[in-house]
Amino acid sequence: MAKLQEAAVAQISEICDRHVNDKTPLMMILSDIQNEYGYIPLEVQELVSKKTGISVAEIYGVVTFYSFFSLTPKGKYVVGCCLGTACYVKGAQNVIDKFQELLGIKPGETSEDGLFTLDALRCIGACGIAPAVSINGKVYPKVKVDQVPLIIKELKEEAAKA
Amino acid sequence: MSLVNIKIEGQPYQVEAGLTILEAAKACGYEIPSLCAFNHGECNQGSCRVCLVEATGARGLVASCVYPVAEGMEIKISSPAAVQARRRSVELMLSNHNKNCQQCDKNGQCELLHVAQITGAREDAFQGVHSETHIDTLAPGLIRDTSKCILCGRCIARCSNAHGMGILGFENRGFATFVSPAENRSFADSPCIQCGQCVNVCPTGALMEHSEIDKVDAAFKAGKHVIVQAAPAVRAAIGEEFDNPVGTPCTGKMIAALRRLGFERVYDVNFGADLTIMEEGTELLGRLTNGGVLPMITSCSPGWINYAEYNYGDLLPHLSSCKSPHEMQGAVIKSYWAQEKGIDPKDIFVVSIMPCVAKKFEKEREQLKTNGLPDVDAVLTTRELARMIRRAGIMFNRLPDEEWDQDIMGDYTGAAVIFGVTGGVMEAALRTVYYKLTGKECEPIEIKAVRGHDAGIREASLDINGTTVNVAIASGMKSAKVLLDEIREGKSKYQFIEIMGCPGGCINGGGQPYVRPCFMPNEADDILDTYKEKRAQALYSEDERQTLRQSHKNPQIIELYEKYLGEPNSHKAHELLHTSYAAREGFNDVK
Amino acid sequence: MISSVTDLNERFEALSKSLDDKIKGGDGKRHIVLCGGTGCLSAHSTEIMERFNALLKEKGIEDKATVNQVGCFGFCSQGPFVKIYPEDTLYKMVKIEDVDEIVEKDLIGGEIVERLLYVDPKSGEKVTKQEDILFYKKQRRVALNGCGVINPEDINEAIGMGAFQGIKRALTMTQQEVVDEVLASGLRGRGGGGFPTGRKWQFALNVEADQKYVVCNGDEGDPGAFMDRSILEGNPLGVIEGMMIAGYAFGASEGYFYVRAEYPIAVKRLKIAIEQARAEGLLGKNILGSDFSFDCQIRLGAGAFVCGEETALLNSIEGKRGMPRPRPPFPAIKGLWGKPTCVNNVETLACVPYILREGAEKFASVGTEKSKGTKVFALGGKVNNVGLVEVPMGTTLRELIYDIGGGIPDGKQFKAIQTGGPSGGCLTAEYLDEPIDFDNLVAKGSMMGSGGAIVMDEDNCMVDVAKFYMEFICDESCGKCTPCRIGTKRMLEILTRITEGKGTMKDLDELEELSQTIKANSLCALGQTASNPVNSTLAHFRDEYLAHIVDKKCPAHVCKNLMSYKIDADKCIGCGMCAKGCPASCITRTDYVAEGHKLASMAIDADKCVKCGACISTCKFNAISKV
Ligand SMILES: Cc1cc2nc3c(=O)[nH]c(=O)nc-3n(C[C@H](O)[C@H](O)[C@H](O)COP(=O)(O)O)c2cc1C
Ligand code: SF4
Ligand code: SF4
Ligand code: SF4
Ligand code: SF4
Ligand code: SF4
Ligand code: SF4
Ligand code: SF4
Ligand code: SF4
Ligand code: FES
Ligand code: FES
Ligand code: FES
Repeated sequence: MAKLQEAAVAQISEICDRHVNDKTPLMMILSDIQNEYGYIPLEVQELVSKKTGISVAEIYGVVTFYSFFSLTPKGKYVVGCCLGTACYVKGAQNVIDKFQELLGIKPGETSEDGLFTLDALRCIGACGIAPAVSINGKVYPKVKVDQVPLIIKELKEEAAKA
Repeated sequence: MSLVNIKIEGQPYQVEAGLTILEAAKACGYEIPSLCAFNHGECNQGSCRVCLVEATGARGLVASCVYPVAEGMEIKISSPAAVQARRRSVELMLSNHNKNCQQCDKNGQCELLHVAQITGAREDAFQGVHSETHIDTLAPGLIRDTSKCILCGRCIARCSNAHGMGILGFENRGFATFVSPAENRSFADSPCIQCGQCVNVCPTGALMEHSEIDKVDAAFKAGKHVIVQAAPAVRAAIGEEFDNPVGTPCTGKMIAALRRLGFERVYDVNFGADLTIMEEGTELLGRLTNGGVLPMITSCSPGWINYAEYNYGDLLPHLSSCKSPHEMQGAVIKSYWAQEKGIDPKDIFVVSIMPCVAKKFEKEREQLKTNGLPDVDAVLTTRELARMIRRAGIMFNRLPDEEWDQDIMGDYTGAAVIFGVTGGVMEAALRTVYYKLTGKECEPIEIKAVRGHDAGIREASLDINGTTVNVAIASGMKSAKVLLDEIREGKSKYQFIEIMGCPGGCINGGGQPYVRPCFMPNEADDILDTYKEKRAQALYSEDERQTLRQSHKNPQIIELYEKYLGEPNSHKAHELLHTSYAAREGFNDVK
Repeated sequence: MISSVTDLNERFEALSKSLDDKIKGGDGKRHIVLCGGTGCLSAHSTEIMERFNALLKEKGIEDKATVNQVGCFGFCSQGPFVKIYPEDTLYKMVKIEDVDEIVEKDLIGGEIVERLLYVDPKSGEKVTKQEDILFYKKQRRVALNGCGVINPEDINEAIGMGAFQGIKRALTMTQQEVVDEVLASGLRGRGGGGFPTGRKWQFALNVEADQKYVVCNGDEGDPGAFMDRSILEGNPLGVIEGMMIAGYAFGASEGYFYVRAEYPIAVKRLKIAIEQARAEGLLGKNILGSDFSFDCQIRLGAGAFVCGEETALLNSIEGKRGMPRPRPPFPAIKGLWGKPTCVNNVETLACVPYILREGAEKFASVGTEKSKGTKVFALGGKVNNVGLVEVPMGTTLRELIYDIGGGIPDGKQFKAIQTGGPSGGCLTAEYLDEPIDFDNLVAKGSMMGSGGAIVMDEDNCMVDVAKFYMEFICDESCGKCTPCRIGTKRMLEILTRITEGKGTMKDLDELEELSQTIKANSLCALGQTASNPVNSTLAHFRDEYLAHIVDKKCPAHVCKNLMSYKIDADKCIGCGMCAKGCPASCITRTDYVAEGHKLASMAIDADKCVKCGACISTCKFNAISKV
């Protein structure tokens, strides 16, 4: 088992302590960890198990049940293409296909350079501007297939600058 | 208790209120197929959907295993819609099932196959891809093959009920769901104690003991001296495999069968159990008188040892250093016995017949090798033995009763027999410790306070020569944890504790015959509540029949010490009969 | 602090006057409000607001005008919106560059910026005020009350709009009276099932327990629906008040909001609203000086559609895998942590304060015989006016699609409208004049659902749509029970075969058999309704299925294996643009020169074409078509 660094242990313990008074804190703890770290590997789950007394298998079962939780780190940019009905009937499939083609990754995967993760989302509640793409929380409205290369280019440039 | 009036198939009945339809129907003499429901709601997911029936007051079909009866309810098991629905649930299940029954050790005792049969399901009614298969064969104790799993969740419930541990869980969701230890790790690579309780409840071949029949076959083929030794709990249950009522002791027939299977010597592990008492009793006396680490905890259950090493590394000094009985006896066979017979230990192959799955793991422990040779070479469960007997064409019930081989290690006492049930080791040890401390035999010889067959904690206080000895007994890790946490917090009031891995002890071990009401038409409805007690009774009655009932009275044990070991806890005894433990990480990186 | 009815009355008088002043101009100021819904935020609503603030400062008129973001205006496809009170001028599709002109011309010059006004597509006339836009005319706001008007992050505006007047009245009534009032209103659950809310509360009221809970279901998993999101974003206090009334009615002192993690803005505003209500003493002990105490918390969903199902939702709140529980016991008897619990949808709860404030009768005066009040729909897909609409029950589909929705874009033919999401079904042109009502939609083979309404035109393949929903269900099935876990996979396999041109007639029988099995055998409503989209497309568009299976053609040219791209040699001028962009390099020149053209036309090698569709959007001469 890979060992967690001390700082991480401290921080995760702190997150667990935040929710000790909740009746059933697991989801809240996992949400916070996901938000702060971007993923929840097994060693973190073991620590949560120790702090909460919930078995590792149960925690793992919860983590793998909800698509919001991830076991592996995500890319710098998480490209979430909405494939909800409103977006789908307006051609969202072609948009995500284009991202897939240009990034060379399938939904759920992260590019080798660690820059992009592609996600297929189900309705992000922005159906009015379908097809919608959400990148790190920023929503791109009415995305057309030929916009895709530009979006990727922009992000790559931004990353290069940083 | 209030009653309600219901109708099943048009016939009126009165049943207890609060029962599920499934339970009520059974009580009235109807069998509704079921898979996921098990043991009075131990597992009650309502998930397999093979128990659907029609019931008035409900919209559509209901899952009888979770739907309660109500006054005036009319239940239809045989309505065309219900019959068809049940069949299709099974057919869908089969469409995602690795249907190689011919190669499946569960065949013959498989509930899925049984349910398929009674629902009339066809194996190829629906076809399509199967979900990804994960097979774990790394653990010596048990194997997991998700291609046979129906996701009933019984194993998950059992593991957490028995041990409060929850090693197993569902992973992923939808069609990709499967059951496994966290991160799809092997049992060998997770804090699983390999007790096999989950195997005991699995309705299919998804969880099975890691069979070693092939190994035994190979030893025979290689011309080894294949010696067999059988643990006490086996005799109390093996009869069930051949349709004897639960609790039928079958010692004599089992011995006869073992002999016919070609084993060169057929020994009783009880000899080893008596030896264990001598060593453990002496160790306890030593600790009591020399200010050693107390409470001392028994060490004959490898399931429990695994648990201790994973979770209570700091308490390992509390464990008795004694090997478990069959390991002691294996070590004696490969030294004393080999010497007496003039056989090179390398040519000896020791097979233990055990109620246990964890012993398959135990025999692989580095600490249990003497001069590089394992004390025991193969461990077969009660179920595997039954399979070998069937395979050989032996008609078990028609065998004559035979006796154990009597040379050198044939004698045993009643104290040893009761090792197989929770509290038994404690009782056996106390009989001897009492004698050693007082010079008198304990009266009455049966120490009923420590007896039981359930998973709860039992405790007793004994006055031995003016000193009070407080003892406690736990089986199943859920109860054990309570006692262990007390020790950790320095609050334990006990001097001696017995812990068994399986709830109820070895009579309920992970290698014992399956207790499946659907395959036991002649047992009472409550067999799942009574089988442990019945098996335990088989052992207690054997104890009562023995003339010698204290380990220190076993003449061959006395001879063994005189001729070979010196005295209990001697240097030689330590070399052969004692072992050591080491804390382990639950999840290491074997993957 | 508002610790008594008197406090509330005083605050209400003052605040409603100031809200009124704002809208009617009683304070002599101009008030700019911007849409702060998700759609408009993605179109830079916040930057526009900042630009307004900066400009007002620059021009030195910051004390003459205020700027605020409010909830969704509903007409999301035309956002971002800027509205200016008291004139009530509505500007649409405002860009940052437009702000200068608005400030210059309108705020300072008092003149309307004509080019930013909404143009009625039929009359071609410019419309100045929101209420005159056809999109809004047939709407009626009950659940959306306050959305797009008040600042959702300011409790004072909500109080000014009448927040807490409902709970105020409820506290003067007995619990049974409140339940009876809700029963009398005819309110039915907006979460999909349409179960009478009063009856659900009655169950919970009848159970004796030391602790009960109210849960607000804000999981909104139907892909293509965003009603609950907009309500929570636009008027969170309305939902909180609804929850309090529910709590009072059946004796719960704690409430849980279960909101999808995908809705960060809704969560943020809800959090602010709860904190503000607590600070005012409107949540907590002895509310408005009564014996009633109530507080609530937020729990986040984490990406599982099935968690909208109420028992799965309870498991999720309890920190478990979101797998439904068998019923009975029903949550109203044994719910959260084994205690009686009522799960109510966001929109349902949002209607409750209105009922208590205005009276059951007024609520029930709108709607049909068995479906009272209004219903919010997220109108989407192939319709001109995409957005959030609230219409009286009984409105016809035609009114919804053509009057409010403005009809189908690009002159295409209407094909079907899908209501009820993945559990619902599609309704074809023959049902356009059917009134919307819980029971009527079910009778016609669909269902109300939570309010997603997706319009499809001739370019949508109904087999593909059925497959889309089945794929969704397969992804989202919790996997607990056999029929849903395995059956939906088998159905998807068949639908995939059909869309790939590998289907057989036997597949149709098997689809029907599977659909029947999953419906009858599944544990929860997800499975029980999973095959509805297949059933309804099979019923209405069997010919499309047959075209795929027998003719191996996709009539809508959607299924890639069953369609191809073709260049019309006579229309093609040979410019070669399409060939340049073709990733498969499968467009080559022929030797045919059409009459009047200089260059030889191009042709597509159908075997190599990967059907990416790039060429068709490249060709400026409409020479490429799908066949
Ligand atoms: C698969 C599935 C998903 C559901 N999703 C939602 C949802 O997103 N929001 C909702 O309010 N109800 C949803 N429901 C309905 C709820 O189970 C429940 O009936 C509802 O929240 C009750 O509230 P109401 O009576 O106010 O409608 C869903 C039901 C099912 C079976
Ligand atoms: S588990 Fe049962 S059905 Fe499956 S292969 Fe084994 S015997 Fe056959
Ligand atoms: S059951 Fe039928 S198929 Fe199976 S072995 Fe017997 S004869 Fe053959
Ligand atoms: S072998 Fe025992 S500890 Fe391991 S998973 Fe099975 S029941 Fe749990
Ligand atoms: S492994 Fe066995 S007991 Fe466990 S879920 Fe699968 S079939 Fe059931
Ligand atoms: S109690 Fe017996 S059967 Fe169970 S693990 Fe221990 S030794 Fe094995
Ligand atoms: S019907 Fe589907 S979602 Fe519902 S319990 Fe069964 S598998 Fe889970
Ligand atoms: S559809 Fe794509 S691959 Fe096919 S011809 Fe057009 S551009 Fe080329
Ligand atoms: S882009 Fe159109 S006109 Fe130009 S070559 Fe291609 S098909 Fe012909
Ligand atoms: S369907 Fe894409 S945002 Fe709703
Ligand atoms: S036995 Fe009833 S659903 Fe499985
Ligand atoms: S988000 Fe602005 S109108 Fe809907």
